[in-house]
Amino acid sequence: MGENVADEEIDLRGVLCPINFVKTKLKLEMMESGQVLEVTLDDGEPMRSVPRSIKEEGHKVIKVEQFDDGYKILVKKADS
Amino acid sequence: MSENTDAGKIDLNELKSGGFIKQNQKDLFTVRLRVPGGRLDVDKMAKIAAVAKKYSKMGYCHLSFRQSVEIIGVHIDDFDAAVKELAEFGQPIASCGPRIRVPTACGGNEYNPNGIMDAQKKAMEVDKELFGTTCHHKFKISFSACPIDCARTRGMDLGFQGVVDPHWKDDPCTGCTLCEKACLEGAIVAAEDGKPIFYREKCVYCGDCIKACPTDAWTPKRKGWAVRAGGKHGRHPRTADNIMLFLLDEKVLDFISKTVEWYNANGTRGERIGTTFDRVGVEKYKEEVARPFIES
Repeated sequence: MGENVADEEIDLRGVLCPINFVKTKLKLEMMESGQVLEVTLDDGEPMRSVPRSIKEEGHKVIKVEQFDDGYKILVKKADS
Repeated sequence: MSENTDAGKIDLNELKSGGFIKQNQKDLFTVRLRVPGGRLDVDKMAKIAAVAKKYSKMGYCHLSFRQSVEIIGVHIDDFDAAVKELAEFGQPIASCGPRIRVPTACGGNEYNPNGIMDAQKKAMEVDKELFGTTCHHKFKISFSACPIDCARTRGMDLGFQGVVDPHWKDDPCTGCTLCEKACLEGAIVAAEDGKPIFYREKCVYCGDCIKACPTDAWTPKRKGWAVRAGGKHGRHPRTADNIMLFLLDEKVLDFISKTVEWYNANGTRGERIGTTFDRVGVEKYKEEVARPFIES
């Protein structure tokens, strides 16, 4: 059981701030504590803002991975 | 006409300290309220609205550029009654003239995620302790909680802007490169292994790296205020000089008092402190006022 395996995925490429964060937040709300969400984001403003907002909400970014069309970040849902 | 002579005297004093501004319309004045940092309790806001409705002959308020509420079109004969009604719920009048004005501030760090320092709290303190202190010309102070500087500290006689000094530890760092993404200044560049190389000379001390870091490898080493002085706008704008970094929060009032003392001693009547700097040299001010505040 690696904690780097995503339980859920959400692709937010092309979605603007702060809607991308709101969608991430809503998705996380439907998940269990400790589960991992893979969020796909565009480079630039989304990568600047979304991970920071995730941290402010108390969740943890456990992995950041660049691929040819953006970034995939793995977010572990906080204990509620 | 005032109903008694005592009230008439109050009028004069109030007029002298400012807060009542002559309008184009005969006998009508703008009454400028004292709203430090632009924060208004909602109950107070409703009460101000009631007073404005009663006494404004023109039916509107204006929000001043220094965050005050101004009641437009108050008749000179209504000053006493309006001031008294405002005072009943603790709403004082602002000032004009050669003195420390009502401090302005951004929203601060209570609800805004960018905020580093409590700009609102400082504005309240300065208003309480130093408002109205007389000097050679107007003296404007503002507080910005972070380097985005919404309170435009570079255009103030004395401006304070929140700063945080980021400190990086290797151990918790996973090399995720989010800090590089977060840094708008190019002060953080990820090395081959993803770990940050920090170029301090480019850092503006905003703390975005600290906020972005998922593992708290970046932490705040110290927080404080960047101090700028000698700025103004108006017909002949002047950008403030950078005076120092990381002034301790508890030293702000003392710094202002020392600055105004220096200005009163070195400036001349009718000149702003920036003009004094141009005449005697900002280095003299830095040496005589700022140096003792710089932590060694």
